[in-house]
Amino acid sequence: MSDEVKQVLPLAKPMEGVSGKTGTWRVTKPVFHNDKCVKCRLCWLYCPESVIEIVDREDAFITINYDYCKGCGICSDVCPTKAIDLVPEGE
Amino acid sequence: MAVKPLTGNYAAAWAARRARVKVVAAFPITPQTTIVEKLAQFIERGELDAKIIRVESEHSALAAVYGAAAGGARAFTATGSHGLMYMHEMLWWVAGSRVPLVMAVAMRTLGPPWNIWTDHSDAMDQRDTGWLIMFAEHNQEVFDELIKMFKVTEDEKVYLPGIVNLDAFILSHTTEPVDIPDQEVIDSFLPPRKQPYVMKAGNGLTMGNIPKDLRENMEMREDIFRAQERAKRVIEEVDEEWYRLTGRRYGGLIECYRCEDADHYIAGVGAWVGDMREAVDRLRSENGLRVGLLKIRYFRPFPREEISKWLSNAKSLIVFDRSVSPGSAGPLFLDVVTHTTLAGLRLPIKNVLAGLTGLDVTYEDIENVVLKSVGEVEESGTFRNFIEWHYGGEA
Amino acid sequence: MLNKGLTEIRFHGRGGQGAVTAANILVVAAYKAGLWGTAFPHFGAERRGAPVTAFARISKRRVRVRSMIRHPDVIVVLDPALPKLVNVFEGLRDDGRVVINSPKRPDFRGPWMTCYVDASKIALDYGLVMAGWPLVNTAILGALAKAIDFPMKHVTEGIQEYIGGVSGRKNAAAAEKGFSEVVCVE
Ligand code: SF4
Ligand code: SF4
Repeated sequence: MSDEVKQVLPLAKPMEGVSGKTGTWRVTKPVFHNDKCVKCRLCWLYCPESVIEIVDREDAFITINYDYCKGCGICSDVCPTKAIDLVPEGE
Repeated sequence: MAVKPLTGNYAAAWAARRARVKVVAAFPITPQTTIVEKLAQFIERGELDAKIIRVESEHSALAAVYGAAAGGARAFTATGSHGLMYMHEMLWWVAGSRVPLVMAVAMRTLGPPWNIWTDHSDAMDQRDTGWLIMFAEHNQEVFDELIKMFKVTEDEKVYLPGIVNLDAFILSHTTEPVDIPDQEVIDSFLPPRKQPYVMKAGNGLTMGNIPKDLRENMEMREDIFRAQERAKRVIEEVDEEWYRLTGRRYGGLIECYRCEDADHYIAGVGAWVGDMREAVDRLRSENGLRVGLLKIRYFRPFPREEISKWLSNAKSLIVFDRSVSPGSAGPLFLDVVTHTTLAGLRLPIKNVLAGLTGLDVTYEDIENVVLKSVGEVEESGTFRNFIEWHYGGEA
Repeated sequence: MLNKGLTEIRFHGRGGQGAVTAANILVVAAYKAGLWGTAFPHFGAERRGAPVTAFARISKRRVRVRSMIRHPDVIVVLDPALPKLVNVFEGLRDDGRVVINSPKRPDFRGPWMTCYVDASKIALDYGLVMAGWPLVNTAILGALAKAIDFPMKHVTEGIQEYIGGVSGRKNAAAAEKGFSEVVCVE
């Protein structure tokens, strides 16, 4: 018999997707248009799921992780230049 | 008489309405919330003449209806899980002051971790408060028993508060047909409220002062103990009276399903008794095992005489608990073992701990446990182990 | 299908689409048809848009079991995109039925019979929209009735009783439309 005692604890590390694949909740999808973006970072600040990443590349200032983006539309709402469109999922 | 498709929660709200409660206070908690929401709607529409007292917690919710009940009003509250835990202190006050009061408890797992599914730990934790504690199997029973509970608690032989427990979701949010008798029928069944004293202005009375004589204090405890004993007959009589009125009877404290010729028994409380019935039927028809089911309706008062009577010729018993007292065993099991032993019965009794934290349990799971365990008894005369954690279900 | 005694149905939708309501209405309709029914939700995240499951059991005698439905006879899918996101077919019996909201024959295949109806269009035609979403649950109930030989008259009555008023009549009409337009293929 082993002396090792292993507890079963109600713990989880903070991480993306800790409450499941929230991407399946999406009925509308935020689509980013780099040409309109003025790099203000408001979408990054407001996204409640923290799935917007500032990548600051030539072709894209931000990326959105659609596995966990729940489609709430807040990013699109706060964007001052309407650089994020909301389109129906699946189109 | 009208049959309505109702959730267990709505059935509970209808019972409070038909009992013409005058005061309601509750604090929202899943899965109870829709009980009081429905009552608020009844009141708003003028279908129930009652007051809702808005409170900031469950502790205050019970305190508020307790005050109303002490003042002579028929009062009602509902809660579950952590809400019931927060209320716990007030449960002692209500029972200790012998004020009749009725509460519905939508049973739900206690955290951590956060969990909204059914589990009987919250209800079992009220074991020693002095309240009558009943577990319903289906929504009709939720309605019927709440109505009866008003009558039982307001009987002078009892004068204790009472709880009707219903399992989270599998009763609280499950819709099924429920017969709601007309108001006149319930009015003819429920007499005007009676209680041992009424606290009101101009009637100088205090309750709960520090006792001068501790012997008297202990006698108060014994009196609650005796009232619980007396409640047994009252519960049975009220059940019979209900039967004459509605054609529905439940057997008082306990129902024994297919017990006439049973060799082996299983026992449980709450909604999964329905799944146990299915398991018993199948064990009989498919495995030729004569199994009987003790549906324990009242946990307090505990039906010790009835259980011992049914088990006098039993070869074995499996008690299913949906909660556990860590460091000991399941609460139902502990009571059953105590009282069958006191009655001089010597049969192997096993405790199966299953469905805790809402883990789904099917009738197949129950069948499997019974087949395996009864096999052991048939082979060796006893069980291989007496406490078993069973995870058969899927989450 | 109803002849075999107990019929177990699992509804898949999204929070806000009315899957739980559909299951509840089925209980009302069943009672009117002289059958016993129970309906219960399986809540995950209680959020608009999140995939939700609801269950219904219909039987000639009182339903006693309370456990989840593991091997449904029928699955009802309110959102055409769901089969790509969650395994709606899990445990479905081979001789079962899939009833799905879809404008065209869905491309999944299996041993079961598939019944599809454009419930979104029906809902829009009858002005059944809430917060921008078509309320497809009653149109799909009509399709379900056809798929399992459930008396449509009681579904219509059940909807009117459960929803009531003008909205009840519109929903009942949507259900009738779902009943007549559903296409079932092996
Ligand atoms: S839609 Fe909502 S969740 Fe998705 S990226 Fe925008 S703010 Fe974040
Ligand atoms: S809010 Fe709009 S403009 Fe600002 S960073 Fe985001 S996408 Fe660009």
